[in-house]
Amino acid sequence: MNGRIGYIAANTFREAVRDRVLYNLIAFAVLMSGAAIFIGQISIDIERLVVVNLGLTAVSLFGMVIAIFIGIGLVSKEIEKRTLYTVLSRPVRRWEFIVGKFLGLAGTLVVNTFFMAIGVFAALLYVAGHLQSGDGWILVALYFIVLQFLILTALALLFSSFSSPLLSAVFAFSLFVIGSFAEDLRGFAGMTHGITRWLATGAAYLVPNFSALNVISSVAHTQPVATELIITNSAYALIYSTMALCGSVLIFERRNLK
Amino acid sequence: MTASRRTTITASIVLIVCMAASVMLLRRLDQMRTGATLEEVLYVSSPKVVKRLSLGYEGLLADIYWTRAVQYFGGHHHAGAEHYDLLAPLLEITTELDPHLLIAYQFGANFLAPQPPQGAGLPQRAIELAEYGIRNNPDDWQLYYQLGFIYYIDLKDYPHAADAFLRGSRVPNAHPWMKLLAALMAEHAGETRTAQMLWTTTYETSRDRDVRANAAAHLRALQVDEDVAALEALVARYRAETGHLPGSLADLQSAGMLRSIPADPLGHPYKLMPEGRIEVQVPDDLPFIVKGTPPGYVPPLKPKFLPSD
Repeated sequence: MNGRIGYIAANTFREAVRDRVLYNLIAFAVLMSGAAIFIGQISIDIERLVVVNLGLTAVSLFGMVIAIFIGIGLVSKEIEKRTLYTVLSRPVRRWEFIVGKFLGLAGTLVVNTFFMAIGVFAALLYVAGHLQSGDGWILVALYFIVLQFLILTALALLFSSFSSPLLSAVFAFSLFVIGSFAEDLRGFAGMTHGITRWLATGAAYLVPNFSALNVISSVAHTQPVATELIITNSAYALIYSTMALCGSVLIFERRNLK
Repeated sequence: MTASRRTTITASIVLIVCMAASVMLLRRLDQMRTGATLEEVLYVSSPKVVKRLSLGYEGLLADIYWTRAVQYFGGHHHAGAEHYDLLAPLLEITTELDPHLLIAYQFGANFLAPQPPQGAGLPQRAIELAEYGIRNNPDDWQLYYQLGFIYYIDLKDYPHAADAFLRGSRVPNAHPWMKLLAALMAEHAGETRTAQMLWTTTYETSRDRDVRANAAAHLRALQVDEDVAALEALVARYRAETGHLPGSLADLQSAGMLRSIPADPLGHPYKLMPEGRIEVQVPDDLPFIVKGTPPGYVPPLKPKFLPSD
């Protein structure tokens, strides 16, 4: 990797840690241990299911909030604090800055997810007494959640490169919600006719597809995830993130920073 | 070329390539997850919980659930499915969110009650749905009609059907046929004419394309069943009079028993088989027929409706 991108990524990670982003792990730990203890007492036979569903949903939501709220400030905060001018006055290209910022936040989210995953498995071990072979699919669900974060971070960065933080948050969150219903959206588009069908289908293909990346319910029931789905989802997340990053680079390259 | 321009061109090319690749991958994902929009899962199956989660926007949510119900049934029906596990909960959620969405009750009466593959085979749930609709829309005669329809067509429970039609006939502006239907239940329940009247009312009072197509197909089937029975009776009479079976339907015409060679509702002349049975030419085009099919005929899973219905 380009050294300059690496430095920017490392600094972004350090900044996120200094901003106490990882404190969310405490909230997560409290949630998981609380769920593990209470569910066992008030429910019958769904302890494992609840821990997996609740754990993975919490990983997804916590990470989504971090990806959006840190992602939207990645560019605007640097402009506001005027640190961007210091960075760009050095031999750093604008696209390197964008890519570095993306990788830094993505790294933060991966580390965050790693610790949360430990929490999920610890809670699972507590309620079930042992881990079973089907629990391995939880790792796939966690991997898909990380892929969601990559897309969301790239989108937050894209909005951040041309809009205010508040509007960027609204845009990114809206796209997350719409993307979670992407398959429904394409289904509805298929029911329309004529020009409406083309427009609706185009819009449906443009929004990110988060629904295919959500396998929480199936892994909670220890159902396997197809290898082809893992490969296709990986390729899709990578390509969609690259697409959003290219958009950010194109906008940021032309942005007047004077 | 400046470095900035190079970056712009490279980023633009990568953007376009990625856009095309993402569409291709999404199409692949859609193929892998066929019916993912209608997967056999309802994340929240309790209508009351969905209503609370709607935060006051239950009208919009009802429209979304109604669309999902239609899409779910249409997709499964098209694929010749034998199970419609989510149809009842989807309709129940829809009507809980918007109890005045009358089309949902009508859809329920027509597709929730009939046996698979024509419907979900859940007449009791369809009755509960219709009763729920009547409680919330007591002045709508069509709901009583649908209730009676389920009792008559799907359950062959004529006293309950008569009661439903009678209750509906007392509603202001009720269709004049409601009183007649109530009377018919008592005297002529089980007769083809009564069934024809019910399906005709459904066809005439519905604006939903699927419901109308279903009613039209049933009306054609009833006509065929009636025609085949009448023609086979004529063949039997011819045999009794002449001592042998007619060689063709033209023989019946020559004998003065028929004015012309009769045709099914699609315009195809009926066929006389060597053993004296009457058959339709294309049974697949006439779903729901009981008579006039070749021996051992298995109807297709997906009933064929006409585009003109």
